[in-house]
Amino acid sequence: MENEQAWWDSLYTLATTKIPIGNWGRTFFDFLTTNFAWFFDSLASTIASALDAFTDGLLWFPPLALIALIAVLAYALQRSWKLALGTALGLLFILNQGLWEETVETVVLVVAAAVASMALGVPIGIWAAHHERAYTWLQPVLDLMQTLPTFVYLIPVLILFGLGVAPGVIVTVIFASPAPIRLTYLGIKSVPQPMLEAGEAFGATKRQLLWKVELPAALPTIMAGLTQCIMLCLSMVVIAALIGANGLGKPVVRALNSVNIPLGLEAGFAIVVLAIILDRMSRIRSGAVR
Amino acid sequence: MTTAVEFQKVDIIFGEAPQREQALAMADQGASREEILSATGAVLGCAGADLQVDEGEIAVLMGLSGSGKSTLLRAVNRLNIPSRGNVLVRDGDGMVDVATCDARALRRIRQKSVAMVFQQFALLPWRTVEENVGFGLELAGVGAAERKARVRDQLALVGLDQWADKYAHELSGGMQQRVGLARAFATQAPILLMDEPFSALDPLIRTKLQDELLELQARLKKTIIFVSHDLEEALKIGNKITIMEGGRIVQTGAPEEIVLNPASDYVRDFIANVNPLSVLTAWNVMRDHRDLEHGEDGWVWLDRRRTTRFKIDTDGLVVAAERDGRPAIWTSCDYEENLPRDAPRVYWAKPGTSLKTVMLAMHRSQTAPVALFDEQSRFVGAIGIRDVLKAVVRR
Repeated sequence: MENEQAWWDSLYTLATTKIPIGNWGRTFFDFLTTNFAWFFDSLASTIASALDAFTDGLLWFPPLALIALIAVLAYALQRSWKLALGTALGLLFILNQGLWEETVETVVLVVAAAVASMALGVPIGIWAAHHERAYTWLQPVLDLMQTLPTFVYLIPVLILFGLGVAPGVIVTVIFASPAPIRLTYLGIKSVPQPMLEAGEAFGATKRQLLWKVELPAALPTIMAGLTQCIMLCLSMVVIAALIGANGLGKPVVRALNSVNIPLGLEAGFAIVVLAIILDRMSRIRSGAVR
Repeated sequence: MTTAVEFQKVDIIFGEAPQREQALAMADQGASREEILSATGAVLGCAGADLQVDEGEIAVLMGLSGSGKSTLLRAVNRLNIPSRGNVLVRDGDGMVDVATCDARALRRIRQKSVAMVFQQFALLPWRTVEENVGFGLELAGVGAAERKARVRDQLALVGLDQWADKYAHELSGGMQQRVGLARAFATQAPILLMDEPFSALDPLIRTKLQDELLELQARLKKTIIFVSHDLEEALKIGNKITIMEGGRIVQTGAPEEIVLNPASDYVRDFIANVNPLSVLTAWNVMRDHRDLEHGEDGWVWLDRRRTTRFKIDTDGLVVAAERDGRPAIWTSCDYEENLPRDAPRVYWAKPGTSLKTVMLAMHRSQTAPVALFDEQSRFVGAIGIRDVLKAVVRR
C-alpha cells in the first residue's frame, strides 16, 4: 500500500514539475554574455568589417564589368560557353530588376559562409572518418544542427552577436556545415580498400595516404558537399535578413511585411537565378576528375 | 642460395585481442577454421605457416579461395599483421622481422625492398599512367627528374611508353595490370608480391601476361611470391609451389613433385584437373637403362614388347639401332629433319623434354619407344608407351 502511494507521488511530481531545460539554457547564455562578451563582440565586428570591405570592393566595380568578370570565371571553372552566357544573362536580369547591390551583398554572405563551412567541415569530416567512434557521437549533433528550427538558435546568436551580418554568417554556418562534414566523411569512408592498400604497400605515411590517396579519391564527394553547402547557405538568406544581414533577403522580408507581391517576386527570382548560377559554377566539371 | 623471405610459424587471426588468444590456443590443437569461428568468433587466417623463399625464385601460394594464401602473402609487407610468429624479409645484407619491426623500418621495407601487384590493379584513377607508375617513387621522396626517367624505363619495359599520359580507365584490363607491374618494378624492390595478379583478366590476356612475366623475370631475377588459385598457372610460372588448405600449408615442392606425389586428397583433387602433359617431363616418366632388358654385345631392349633395341658402346653412346629386326636411324624429337620416309626411326629426348613432345614423337614413329639422352648424348633410359600411360592415368 505504502509503495503504491510513493509511486503515485512520484508520478504526480513528474506531471507537475517541469524540467527547466529552458532556464538552464538561459543561464548558460547569460554566463556567456557576462563573461565572454568581449570575445563575441570582437568576433562580430571582425566578421562584419571583413565582409563589408569585401562587399565595398566588389561594388567599386561597374556592374557590367563585374558581370563580365563573373562570366569569365564561370568559363574558367567549367569550360562551357553556355554557362558563361547564361551567367551573364542571369546577372543582367538581376541588374535590370534593380537588385544589384543586394545581390552582391548576398553573394559575399554566401561565399563567406560556404568557405567557413568548408573550412570547418572538411577537417571535421576527415577526422570523423578516421575515428569511427567519434562519428557515432558527432552524428546526433549534426542532426541537431540541421533539424533544430533555425529561429530557436537565432535568439541566442542574436544575444551574443547583436544585429547585423555577423550573426547571419554564424547562423548560416551552423545550418550549412553539416553537409560538408557528412559528405567528406562519406567520401573518405568510401575510398576503395585496394587503393588504400596500394598506398600502404608502397610505404605511404599517414599524411601521404591522406593527401595522395584519400583526398583525391574523395574529391568528387567533397565537391558535391561544396555544392550542397552553397545551396544551404543561399536558403538561409531570408532568415539572415531577419536578424539584420543585408542582401536579397531584405526585400523579401520587406515584401512579406507589406504584402508586396511584385517586390517579393522580383527578389525571389533574383535568388533563384543566383542559386542556379552558383550551383552550376561550383559543380565538379564532368570528366575533369574520374 | 640466400633466403629472401622466410615465414616462421606464422599465425594470423582476425578478431579482437581476447578471442585471438583463445583462437591461437585452438589453432595449436589443430582445430579447423569453422571450429575456431564458432567457439571464439575469431577468423583463422593462417596457422603455423613455415616457408622459405630463396632469392630469384618464383614461389607460388596455391589454394582454393579462403585457404589463407593471400592472407599469408600480405603478411610479407604487413598489410596483414601476424598474430604470432616471424616474417623475415631480406633488407640489404640482413633480415628484418616485418612482424615486429617499427614503423620506420616497415616503411623502408615497403618503399625499397618489397613491392606489390594487386588483383584488381588498384591504380589511382585520377593519375595518369606515368603518375601511377611513379607513385611508389613519389612516396619514397625520389625527385621529379629522376622519377620521370625511371618511370620511362619501366613503361618501356612493359611496352606502354605510348600510353604514359592516358588515364587508367582508358586502358584495357591487361594494360592496366601492366601499369601495376611497372609501378611495382619502378621501386626496384628485389621482392615482388603478386596477389592473383592475372585472375581478373580474360584467358588469352592472362596467358600473354604470364609469358611476359616469365620473360621479365629471366632478365630481372626478382624474388616473386605469387598467389594463384589456378594450378595450371602455378605449374607454369612457379619454381616452387606451396599448397594451402583452410589456413594451413599442406605441401611444398617443385611443380612435378606436386603432380607426381600429391600429399593428400585435397592436393590430388587439385591436380585432377591439371593436364599432366604440360607439367611432366621425359625424366619423370622414363625407365632407367639399368632397369631395361640387356642382351649380348651391348644391345639393350627399349621396350617390354622387344620391338626396338640400341647397341651401346662403353662410353654410353649409341652405335646402332634396330627396329622390328631392321636397322633404324635415331633422331631428336625436338625437330623434324628430312629423313627417308620409309626408314624405321627411333626418337630420342632430353630429360627436360615435355611429355607432350615425347608423345608426339611416339605418334610419329608408330608407337616406337623414345630414348632418353643426357647432355653428352649418353643413353640414360627409355620411355615406352606403357610408361606414358602409367604417368597419365596414375591419378
